[in-house]
Amino acid sequence: MAAPETSTAAVPSLYTNNALRNAFGGVLSFFILLLIGVMAFSIRLFSVIKYESVIHEFDPYFNYRVTQFLAKNGIYEFWNWFDDRTWYPLGRVIGGTVYPGLTLTAGTIWWLLNSLNIPLSVETVCVFTAPIFSALASWATFLLTKEVKGTGAGLTAAALLAMVPSYISRSVAGSYDNEAVAIFALIFTFYLYIKTLNTGSLFYATLNSIAYFYMVCSWGGYTFIINLIPMHVLLCIVTGRFSSRLYIAYAPLVVLGTLLAALVPVVGFNAVMTSEHFASFLVFIILHVVAFVYYIKGILSPKMFKVAVTLVVSVGLAVCCAVIAVLIALVASSPTKGWSGRSLSLLDPTYASKYIPIIASVSEHQPPTWPSYFMDINVLAFLVPAGIVACFSPLSDSSSFVVLYIATSVYFSGVMVRLMLVFAPAACITSGIALSQSFDVFTRSIKFQLPGISSNTEVDAAETSSATAEAQNDAVKTEKSEETSKNRPSKKSKKKEKEEKPSTKAKAEKRLIALPLDSSVISLLLLILLGAFYVVHCVWAAAEAYSAPSIVLTSHSHDGLHVFDDFREAYAWLRHNTDVDDKVASWWDYGYQTTAMANRTVIVDNNTWNNTHIATVGTAMSSPEKAAWEIFHSLDVKYVLVVFGGLVGYPSDDINKFLWMVRIGGGVFPHIKEPDYLRDGQYRIDSQATPTMLNCLMYKLSYYRFVETDGKGFDRVRQTEIGKKYFKLTHFEEVFTTHHWMVRIYKLKPPKNRIRGKTKKSKSKTSSASSRAKRSGMGKKNPWH
Amino acid sequence: MGRASSKEDAGALFHSLRSAYAATPVNLKIIDLYVGFAIFTALIQVVYMAVVGSFPFNSFLSGVLSCVGTTVLAVCLRIQVNRENKEFKDLPPERAFADFVLCNLVLHLVIMNFLG
Repeated sequence: MAAPETSTAAVPSLYTNNALRNAFGGVLSFFILLLIGVMAFSIRLFSVIKYESVIHEFDPYFNYRVTQFLAKNGIYEFWNWFDDRTWYPLGRVIGGTVYPGLTLTAGTIWWLLNSLNIPLSVETVCVFTAPIFSALASWATFLLTKEVKGTGAGLTAAALLAMVPSYISRSVAGSYDNEAVAIFALIFTFYLYIKTLNTGSLFYATLNSIAYFYMVCSWGGYTFIINLIPMHVLLCIVTGRFSSRLYIAYAPLVVLGTLLAALVPVVGFNAVMTSEHFASFLVFIILHVVAFVYYIKGILSPKMFKVAVTLVVSVGLAVCCAVIAVLIALVASSPTKGWSGRSLSLLDPTYASKYIPIIASVSEHQPPTWPSYFMDINVLAFLVPAGIVACFSPLSDSSSFVVLYIATSVYFSGVMVRLMLVFAPAACITSGIALSQSFDVFTRSIKFQLPGISSNTEVDAAETSSATAEAQNDAVKTEKSEETSKNRPSKKSKKKEKEEKPSTKAKAEKRLIALPLDSSVISLLLLILLGAFYVVHCVWAAAEAYSAPSIVLTSHSHDGLHVFDDFREAYAWLRHNTDVDDKVASWWDYGYQTTAMANRTVIVDNNTWNNTHIATVGTAMSSPEKAAWEIFHSLDVKYVLVVFGGLVGYPSDDINKFLWMVRIGGGVFPHIKEPDYLRDGQYRIDSQATPTMLNCLMYKLSYYRFVETDGKGFDRVRQTEIGKKYFKLTHFEEVFTTHHWMVRIYKLKPPKNRIRGKTKKSKSKTSSASSRAKRSGMGKKNPWH
Repeated sequence: MGRASSKEDAGALFHSLRSAYAATPVNLKIIDLYVGFAIFTALIQVVYMAVVGSFPFNSFLSGVLSCVGTTVLAVCLRIQVNRENKEFKDLPPERAFADFVLCNLVLHLVIMNFLG
């Protein structure tokens, strides 16, 4: 890079040479960053190309509906919105229970574009919010890693984050969920914290608090920040790295951050009353004590300081114990020790399955399997340990923060697969550091060994000659590892070499290391090959694994592409063929989509805040027809919606989720017992199934008239013929079944006008004239019990 | 350690503390006075809450946290302006004061919003 400048100028001064090189480097890194942003945006567009610009999954539909409301009615209506179209008859206070960051961000972007007369629809803005913010997140990663280790590491980390599959999975175009903006807020907050720590400027501390406020607005995972930063401060204090910059970085953040967090209605007073925030207050107090001690130490002589210490210790210890005892008593008096259910399930992974089955039933809350690590971060799994070692030489405040971040996020990602997302930026930062360090060593070795290149060759020559003895040892080691690399996979030798590099660097201190030319060239090429594997995997994962909108399904067969658009077909039918005030009951998975697309009131939805209400619906689905009719009638339900995948082989249908309905219903209504639905501990729906199972509403609604499709009633998902094939529905009537039988909608039959006598009560639906005579003898008893 | 000697030590400690503190420059003492005033205000508010009850809890929180907040920011200013502090040698005190004012502005904006 510097060769043309030195050869053309007559007597180049060192200063202009360096300035030119710096300018060139600055422009180059600017364009690289631009390209990284474009790449981050484009790699997330596969679903838009393969399907269409549509909102994916379940949760994004709720966010989309809230954004529509915000766009139509303005921000004051949004803050005060009470939604009466979900959780009938309870309703939901949207203003106070939703994290507003994502909605407000998309709403602001929509409003801005529309005021500039660029008429994008709300849906388009919602679909493309996530890719835009992932580009911003990779730029934030660049800034963060630049603060830790320099520009080269920053660019590498940004490039890695733009493509890492774990982050792509939650931020494709169409995945309009909280994490789309929350990850950007997380990385940006960490960057501002590290910047304040490095510079000690109060201005950055203010910006840090504002960025933390944006994070609190966006995602419930903000508790990770407010626990990680105190942990880091404590680590710095304990390892003797206390400085006034640490005080300036942490203390304003706690005060301003708590206040700003309390401003968000969802958090409110939880910011000062729940255990998730106590760590920050505790470390706040500890920090002040330590700062005070350092101050006193600074103004006293050593002898006097010793006296002060003994005095304080004897008096203050008693006071401290009393205060701590009071605090512990307060916290221990609450049954969950002040923690919320979700946080407790993070600390104790078995908590949810024992006490809160709803949290345990969500698939995102399960622990990840080993292959999911290689799927989600791929090559970074090998580079992360090397990066951790590189952070230790030399250990600074910022690199200790990175090590702590990755250690805690690895633990949490092991508890819940959804938190792999928090682990991904840490992995990218450390891998970026490792990759950039190794590139540094190799390119430097090559540069010094090419004839007559650098301007300080004299100095380098002396140093390289003194280091040749070490270099010889290195050469022997690398040659040995190079030979074995021909036999073993290249990745293992890469790790060995990278671990040797930092250790030899530490030994050589200021002396430069020059490796033999051929080994550096080959290693460089192999590193580039490693990067190529990573890129290929990321693009494949983005295109094949993470771009499914899950509301539209496709399958390839010998006669072309089949598209299963049954969900939208069913919601459109509901929208056009029912009254606006009709209530629809279904399992809670489909609540958000029903309110957003079908615009009908639902009983339960994905927010799952009321366990009893969900258990009521679950009990209804598990009961026989008449009891289920009673329950639904008491909730004013008109239509029941079930998802059935038996005809086409769609595995996530309601029959597969049915056991969770039984468990959740049984948790609140004891007459529903799970063993009643299992034959010998096995869940079956064929002829060996239990009578309770064959008579329950879910079975009947799923398999009504199913035998008419192929004559035998073969369920493609369960791979058996169904048990009860010919039956009629007495209390429900089928009103709509979609093209592939994936969604089936039933209507509740209205209660009978004439009441039968107690002695002549029969199960038949055909009313006869003779029953009219017995009506007067009935009295006040409810005949439907 | 005997009672008498500890008393003497306490007296000597008090004296040395006093003399060391008297040697600090005047502008730092002014900041310390401000910090003391803010802490005193916070204590009054806590005592008032203990007497009267914490019903508009957000008002109590915003009142106490505004005092604590200005304390913290004043201490940060003191750190940055203190000429003995080697880390902030090349930070002009005007810049430190401007940062202090900005941070206070943000803090009090939030307080006014949260006060109810």
